[in-house]
Amino acid sequence: MVTVRRSALAQPCDGKLFPEPGEVLSYGSDLRQRRDLRSPRPLGELRSCARGIQRRRGFLSALSGQRCSMTQSVIVQVGQCGNQIGCCFWDLALREHAAVNQAVLIDMEEGVVNEILQGPLRDVFDSKQLITDISGSGNNWAVGHKVFGSRYQEEILEKLRKSAEHCDCLQCFFVIHSMGGGTGSGLGTYLLKVLEDEFPEVYRFVTSVYPSGEDDVITSPYNSILAMKELNEHADCVLPIDNQSLFDIISKIDLVVNSGKLGTTIKPKSLVTSSAGTFKKWQEKPFDAMNNIVANLLLSLTSSARFEGSLNMDLNEISMNLVPFPQLHYLVSSLTPLYTLADVNVPPRRLDQMFSDAFSKDHQLIRADPKHSLYLACALMVRGNVQISDLRRNIERLKPSLRFVSWNQEGWKTSLCSVPPVGHSHSLLALANNTCVKPTFVELRERFLRLYKKKAHLHHYLQIEGMEESCFTEAESSLSALIREYNQLDATKSRPVEDLPRLSVAV
Amino acid sequence: MSIVTVQLGQCGNQIGFEVFDALFIDSHCPQRLSSKRENEAYQASCKERFFSEEENGVPIARAVLVDMEPKVINQTLSKAAQSGRWKYGQHSSFCQKQGSGNNWAYGYSVHGPRHEESIRNLIQKEVEKCDSLSGFFIIMSMAGGTGSGLGAFVTQNLQDQYSNSLKMNQIIWPYGTGEVIVQNYNSILTLSHLYRSSDALLVHENDAVHKICAKLMNIKQISFSDINQVLAHQLGSVFQPTYSAEGSFHYRRNPLGDLMENLVPHPEFKMLGVRNIPQMSENSLAYSTFTWAGLLKHLRQMLISNAKMEEGIDWQIRPPLPGLPSLSKMSLNKELHFNTSIANLLILRGKDVHSADLEGFKDPALYTSWLEPVNAFNVWRTQRAFSKYEKSAALVSNSQFLVKPLDMIVGKAWNMFASKAYVHQYTKFGIEEEDFLDSFALLEQVVASYCTL
Repeated sequence: MVTVRRSALAQPCDGKLFPEPGEVLSYGSDLRQRRDLRSPRPLGELRSCARGIQRRRGFLSALSGQRCSMTQSVIVQVGQCGNQIGCCFWDLALREHAAVNQAVLIDMEEGVVNEILQGPLRDVFDSKQLITDISGSGNNWAVGHKVFGSRYQEEILEKLRKSAEHCDCLQCFFVIHSMGGGTGSGLGTYLLKVLEDEFPEVYRFVTSVYPSGEDDVITSPYNSILAMKELNEHADCVLPIDNQSLFDIISKIDLVVNSGKLGTTIKPKSLVTSSAGTFKKWQEKPFDAMNNIVANLLLSLTSSARFEGSLNMDLNEISMNLVPFPQLHYLVSSLTPLYTLADVNVPPRRLDQMFSDAFSKDHQLIRADPKHSLYLACALMVRGNVQISDLRRNIERLKPSLRFVSWNQEGWKTSLCSVPPVGHSHSLLALANNTCVKPTFVELRERFLRLYKKKAHLHHYLQIEGMEESCFTEAESSLSALIREYNQLDATKSRPVEDLPRLSVAV
Repeated sequence: MSIVTVQLGQCGNQIGFEVFDALFIDSHCPQRLSSKRENEAYQASCKERFFSEEENGVPIARAVLVDMEPKVINQTLSKAAQSGRWKYGQHSSFCQKQGSGNNWAYGYSVHGPRHEESIRNLIQKEVEKCDSLSGFFIIMSMAGGTGSGLGAFVTQNLQDQYSNSLKMNQIIWPYGTGEVIVQNYNSILTLSHLYRSSDALLVHENDAVHKICAKLMNIKQISFSDINQVLAHQLGSVFQPTYSAEGSFHYRRNPLGDLMENLVPHPEFKMLGVRNIPQMSENSLAYSTFTWAGLLKHLRQMLISNAKMEEGIDWQIRPPLPGLPSLSKMSLNKELHFNTSIANLLILRGKDVHSADLEGFKDPALYTSWLEPVNAFNVWRTQRAFSKYEKSAALVSNSQFLVKPLDMIVGKAWNMFASKAYVHQYTKFGIEEEDFLDSFALLEQVVASYCTL
């Protein structure tokens, strides 16, 4: 299932801040035009598609002081995993401040979409923009990529173009999918190439859920390797996630919640796992809690683009600072805090603890060990009541325990956004370009080779038109080349950092 | 004569607001030390330089605000409007939606040409409001993408468009440990381009100002607002009106021209720094008294030991003895960490300003041999006090103070360039490896020139 939705990052550009009483802003094709009276040229139409005044008011009251329209992103949710995460994202985004915008839903299986259309987000999606195919991809990358890719390309492209047209300034596509299945993996990565061709100047950020070792989909190594080649070549930035890490985070929270410590109560809304105000028991719907963590990641990633701060960081700056070489664009993410204590007698979490936590494995969204590997670059996106001196103090404090590559010893990118997430006074998202992702890829390759050597299940793929064995060997080479690059960097880890001889000039 | 300020990028706009605010507040500070006539002339002069008049009496800053994304400009415009004291012109800002992504190449090669005309028109409009133009004051950072890249482009443009007007760039030197990972690339590209098109570079280092906030102002949780206010205070103490001659009631008319004349005798040496004394929190100020002798003694030692503030000065550093041949003087200076000056301008404001003894600054040992102290050192005095300080002194110097930081930035950028890291992000937008090499070569030359003073 593919859902394409323009994000809540758009804000209206108004001569006034609030609509007149009784003014209705309608949904879909009826667009209202406004002019910005302050800028030298008319800034363009007010494009907003909100269903009903209620949501609109909530959105606007959060916007007081904001005038100019900003960049937009389009979220592309592919497959079951992608769509579930995506919907959590919208839930939380609404909670933060957003208006609801036009959506395109592309579904390969009716079941999941129907559930969404009947749930609390039913107002959010326009059922006219639904593309459904009942049979699904059967956990086969080739079906998702080759069959559905070509079959639905025009239709999906049409929806994407429409969504893009309604953006004043489209900056980024966020693709959310999993690697191990068929639709998210196959069709999701097919779309990357389409996006690159059709919108070459728009960034492609991909949130990919990698399969864990105990994945119940036998062919997940095939799907993942084939998808990896596409990510290598067509994504600007990839944020790998694995379910085990998300599960560990939930367990940790659960431990604290149920620990029975006297006077310890958690603010329900502050849980990184909670959705719009409700404190759901995660055992009933574990994936909901896990998906919310990823949704929070995306929110924090875009916070500085959406809200003001003393040191802004836009999405294009993430790619610029964290991707030193085109292929090395895999970023390990960690989020803190996971919850806020409501009890006022408990002293507020020290700010410095938040920074330490960001570098602890407990808060990472993928299993990896950055502290014992090599940092190529690191970004700290801080939200809330944190100032530059807090940031600097903590960088100085943490630096000695981290190893940075020789040519980027001060490889820190920082941002300060004034608005914290709901329920928190401050929060931190750390993005690390670190060689610690290598083991994940090595493991993936090994699982692939084990399967491929036996030619197990290969016929399911090869029987699809356009698929040959070379697809597999090429994908494996691509991954091996990536691993080699990380190896080369790791080899420099123990070398002393030396200054290179400089240009000499005549005086 | 008036100065048109161009505020570029997040840093430039945030600082610009604080500068205008500081200038305005100071010029309307109740004065006990100067006569009414003196004070009115001061206010009028400040206004002529930095503000134009609006119908309902609210002064409008002579400024053009440029940024490639809207949030900061919106904030800046509303902060000024809400203050009720002064404001920015209704049509003085230009912004886009996407930012420059910390990419110098994007700011210079994409945004520059694309928005050249719009920005030029805005500046033109502002210039036309001036009876007579002293020049341009361009506020920008080096580490980001807009201030640095677009700033370099705009400065070059101004050189073409207004070849007879002076340009001074206020540059923010980033923190040593990263704000932006590619800050060293952005810095060397900015500096090398500005060195060719700007008349003077007035440099403020984030690390130095941060220390002032921590040690002198005693601020616990330092924000960029705090840093920018200290900076604005320093700039105010330089740019506010001063008498044109001893004891005259006429204020200098051409601030930028006068600054350049005194401080930039040779185009190869353009880097200026500001030191200001005293600097402290308002609470401490109430309990402090100063003498000119004390202030100037500290300021002089700050200059020769390259200290940025009056605390923690190294008093061991002394100027070398006269009579040494120049080569051994050079190596001795290096060992002693002695900061040699090309030119110094001392600006004194406040009570008994004429009684200050300046002999310490006229010592030839402070200066390089190719300028006589009488030419290398100048002083401006004004009875009218600055801000809340009964006595204050600002020292603008062209000296070796930036050699070490510049050398460090060039070294780090070079190491990164050797591995080719991030270079693809620049070549994507037309900045090639040769452009990098040109920048390195120019800056190595600047470092060498300053080193051999």
